[in-house]
Amino acid sequence: MRSMMTSTGTAANIRTAVLILVFLCLGSSKSIAAEASEPNGPSKEASLAAKVFDEGKTAFAILTISICGLVVVCTELARRGKPFYVRPIAGLQAIEEAVGRSTEMGKPILYVAGLEDLNEIDTVAGLTILSGVAKVAAEYDTPLEVPTSRALVMTAAREAVQAAALAAGRPDYYDEDRIYYITYEQFGFVASVCGWIYREKPAACFYLGKFFAESLILAETGNAVSAIQIAGTAETTQLPFFVAACDYTLIGEELFAASAYLSGEPAQLGMLKGQDLGKLAAILLITVGSLLATWDSISPRGNDADGKPLPRRSHLITETVLKGG
Amino acid sequence: MSKSVPVAIASLVGFLMIVAYFSPYLLPWRQAAEDWYSIIAAIAMVYGGVNLCIHHLKKISDREAGWGFSAVTVLAFAFTVVAGLLKLGVVPESVANLDHAWSGRFQQEGGLLWWNFQYLMSPIVSTMFALLAFYVASAAFRAFRAKNIEAVLLLATALIVLIGQTKDREITSLFMPAPTDGSSPYLPIADVTEFIRKTFVTSGQRAIIIGVSLGVVATSLRVLLGLDRNYLGGDE
Repeated sequence: MRSMMTSTGTAANIRTAVLILVFLCLGSSKSIAAEASEPNGPSKEASLAAKVFDEGKTAFAILTISICGLVVVCTELARRGKPFYVRPIAGLQAIEEAVGRSTEMGKPILYVAGLEDLNEIDTVAGLTILSGVAKVAAEYDTPLEVPTSRALVMTAAREAVQAAALAAGRPDYYDEDRIYYITYEQFGFVASVCGWIYREKPAACFYLGKFFAESLILAETGNAVSAIQIAGTAETTQLPFFVAACDYTLIGEELFAASAYLSGEPAQLGMLKGQDLGKLAAILLITVGSLLATWDSISPRGNDADGKPLPRRSHLITETVLKGG
Repeated sequence: MSKSVPVAIASLVGFLMIVAYFSPYLLPWRQAAEDWYSIIAAIAMVYGGVNLCIHHLKKISDREAGWGFSAVTVLAFAFTVVAGLLKLGVVPESVANLDHAWSGRFQQEGGLLWWNFQYLMSPIVSTMFALLAFYVASAAFRAFRAKNIEAVLLLATALIVLIGQTKDREITSLFMPAPTDGSSPYLPIADVTEFIRKTFVTSGQRAIIIGVSLGVVATSLRVLLGLDRNYLGGDE
């Protein structure tokens, strides 16, 4: 029943969005007709602004729709019962182990959802995992501390933890004083969190979201108090620090797969499969592009009849499929 | 119902931002959505400041462990807010505004807020940043142990990259015999470092970025289609 309600609500959202966009497009077509009937044509900038669709981005639009379409098709297949296998992710399987360790030691858990705001998808992914961690922590009745660097993230984190406590059947577990805003200043935030780690000595630390230079300071401080540490970020420059200092690291896309992995919902698992098909398409493009570029370097095309250099063979990929991106 | 409205707003605005990339006609709408976000973020900052004060004042009143740090936080917060709002130490910047005491910029050089940032905030931030050097050393000491073949390869690569960042030519020339053509002897470690960075590191980084990008697409679609509502507190 709940999945039907969710799908009905989702379908309603999509219908509403499509209706509004169609309305906007109809309105824009009227404005284009009005512009065309003017005696003096509009300037180039004005004509570009009045255009409904930028033709230069056609190829990229097709690529975007294809990848999104793949994801949606796989979601529908999963909803209709097609099973999809998702490999185990060690960092997510260790959540219960980490929370259990904290419970045995009588120490709190620290969760840092990154340093960016709610407009970053890494933060949204971090908050999704926070729900899962909070649910397990509520079941074990282990205190969960969530310092945040943005007020909006604090608000969303409070909602997530409260809902998780309700889902675990422990509404009294939720304590809003444990989810608080510190500062948006990078090193001010990490100084406060590190001070808390040294004083309270948590048994488990989670760093899941967007991090920058402060990542190693956090990880090393947690290591100094012998906490089990699970980290995850999409920032490639910070991954080596987390891998070196933490027990488990979610690398790149594993952070985004967490929502589907933890919920186990067929629709979300289907989206993971769509993601994999998108990766397959990327592999194909890279392979073909590499072969064409190698062919170009071994046997260049030379010049045409007018003496102008012919376009490279690899432009078949870069100037068509990827143009406009 | 209470979750449907935020999900609908998120879906509409999200799809608008995507479509506006391809449709110049919708760019003003996209700009408007970004402006609305900035307004909401500014209001959220005030909310965060109020929450900060309440949280730390409660710690002080309850005399919790570490309440002294909370007292320093509250004092620093109050000092900065007063210095910025009242523009303490700021003088008018133009002759025409001499009669208007608060016409200068609040970040004016010489003002109390500028002094606070220049002589308190910046050194503290630099200190925290400098700690990174020691943390890198301790993490490297712990991670780079030659326990197996992969660890030895990692250790050797780290050594090459580390030496390549220094004056490797001057250092290695001290230990090598001079060539017969009279040129300075050196090991091309910096060239090897550059090769490692341009091939192995770049390719690995790009592979992760491709996976991350597809993950972002899938997660964004989950949020826009209302399948993932954990950021709102989950399903009702």
